Amino acid sequence: MSQELWNFTFIGLTFGVYIAIAISSKAASTKEFYVASGGVSPFANGMATAADWMSAATFISMAGIIAASGYDASRYLMGWTGGFVLLTTLMVPYLRKFGKFTVVDFLGDRFESNLARFVGVCCSIFICMTYIMGQMRGVGMVFSRLFEIDISTGVIIGSAIVFFYSSIGGMKGITYTQVAQYMVMAIAYSIPAIFISIMLTDQVVPQLGLIGDLKASDGAGAIPLLQKLNELNVELGFSKYTDGSLPMIDMFCITAALMFGTAGLPHVIVRFFTVSDVKAVRKSAFWTLSCIAVIYLTAPAIGAFARTNFIQEVNNKAYVEAPSWFTNWEERGLIAWVDKNGDGKMQYSNGLAFNGIPSYLEDKKGPAGQRMVSNTLADSKNEVFFDQDILVMANPEMAGLPKWVIALVMAGCVAAALSTAAGLLLVLSTSISHDLMKKIINPNISDKQEIFYARLASFGSLVVAAYFGINPPASFVAKTVAFAFGLAASSFFPTIMLGIFSKRVNKIGGILGMVSGITFTFLYIVYFQFIVDHKNYFLGISPEGIGFVGMLLNFTVSLVFSYLTPPPSQEVMDMIEEIRIPQGASGPIQGH
Amino acid sequence: MSQPDIETLELHHKYWRSNIHILGVLLLVWFSVSYGCGILFRDALDQFSIGGAPLGFWFAQQGSILSFLAILLIYKFAMDRLDHKYGFDEVSK
Repeated sequence: MSQELWNFTFIGLTFGVYIAIAISSKAASTKEFYVASGGVSPFANGMATAADWMSAATFISMAGIIAASGYDASRYLMGWTGGFVLLTTLMVPYLRKFGKFTVVDFLGDRFESNLARFVGVCCSIFICMTYIMGQMRGVGMVFSRLFEIDISTGVIIGSAIVFFYSSIGGMKGITYTQVAQYMVMAIAYSIPAIFISIMLTDQVVPQLGLIGDLKASDGAGAIPLLQKLNELNVELGFSKYTDGSLPMIDMFCITAALMFGTAGLPHVIVRFFTVSDVKAVRKSAFWTLSCIAVIYLTAPAIGAFARTNFIQEVNNKAYVEAPSWFTNWEERGLIAWVDKNGDGKMQYSNGLAFNGIPSYLEDKKGPAGQRMVSNTLADSKNEVFFDQDILVMANPEMAGLPKWVIALVMAGCVAAALSTAAGLLLVLSTSISHDLMKKIINPNISDKQEIFYARLASFGSLVVAAYFGINPPASFVAKTVAFAFGLAASSFFPTIMLGIFSKRVNKIGGILGMVSGITFTFLYIVYFQFIVDHKNYFLGISPEGIGFVGMLLNFTVSLVFSYLTPPPSQEVMDMIEEIRIPQGASGPIQGH
Repeated sequence: MSQPDIETLELHHKYWRSNIHILGVLLLVWFSVSYGCGILFRDALDQFSIGGAPLGFWFAQQGSILSFLAILLIYKFAMDRLDHKYGFDEVSK
């Protein structure tokens, strides 16, 4: 069977399953549409949340980022998993007991104000929008590699599929589809890792391969994989793989911003509203992190393996003998080679090969048959440009694995992108239809109208997301990720946490805290990402990590202003008392 | 929602204090394995190794995640026990 046939078979099969699930669990009421009636089992919800949480960016790029930056990438690993500890212990059990549809509902009721609601809606929409753009881009990339079409067509096909099953099935359909998608992702991620681990280190478990010894070759003694990688890195002018190069304070702040941001992401929190009671929330959170850990513990192994393979297969090899994956991805525009010293060999080292992303000269081939680029060459010895995102997809090809494994990875990538996009789209449409239309603009609309607005909103958002997927504004998407986490960390997390753990924090404190946290974070990021070109950061904290400072600011402002003004009403006090006790959460979720 | 009497309220406060206590201990562990071992004291830990990996690096990429899992498991059991002790785990209809 040819590679194309394998790809079509795997993608076709998985799609059939997803769509069948979506149709068989069509939503009938708003409650089913938003929170699946609160009746999903903790284990199923764990898998679904994991699939929702792990985006195409995680699935496709994370191992690539780890391969490229070694220790420095630990901030993502710790940040995105550690956040679940905070989420589980400080947020979701109480919010589940509160028992409304959305996070914004809590803000509005706890701080007794539509202004709090409105600020919440804006943050929610912004965070989800930022995220979903990256997803659509991911779908486009996979489809373009898969069906040999251009990225724009890929994005459009992907959007159509996401719209179809997220608006039909609502939360219930999405949850069960995501269970299936999680399984595809986990298998697709682990199998190549296991094969490659055996090939490189003789270890079946990739996590043991990471700390294991490289297979002895050419009569040399066995040395640890990581030691070999450190040596290769130093030889090519990079810092040691296990050392990284970020300053400690920045590393600390970025990890913190990602962690607290994770704990404040509305689309993750809302997932825990789908289980039956507080006990099930705790169980579900454990399963979620377990499912995530399967992939997050494997990613560092894949990163190290892929880098070792990449350097050994590419560096100092003649282009005419380049492996087929290399030329395949070059054809798709994600790899380029410029022969700076004219020896016909590919030299890879620290530094840019040329400025910007490759712009190829059509119909013009170099002497060795490579695609020529018109970019200005950078002043370094490096001759190889590659997009980090290809590593996971190219990994099985690099290791020469069978065709069906490659097809499986493709199916996994698609599953990752679609599951996250669908989940985000639902939260986005809920924000607009429920929090904005129903709660702020017109409280008199019926259930049916509310679902109609939700479907309309998800269509609108998808069109915008697809547009940005097709025309990514340069490195805009990557930069805006700092936004999503920074804003969640500086707005939702501290305000919700204080709302639960302090009875003294009131309307004025809550709102001022949220507004000051966001404003500070927002301005700092905009200033350094889009306005100035220098990097004289405040205390050396990059925009990626500033959300942590914004969070501290939010805490301080909330507390100071709350203590200067009268305490909240007795009603709110009773509500806080109520959500702290898990008993009675199995009652029905109330939307109104 | 009916107004709970003083005794129930007292019980609720005791429950909440135990809850905070459990949280405090677990979050201390959470902080030490990630920010502690993985970032602040990484250089010191890197002098030791686990298999072929420097220990600080291993904590940052593997150990912290494994610890987080353990924390959530302990949290689940500790809280379920606490609920049981206070009789909050009965399904109330």
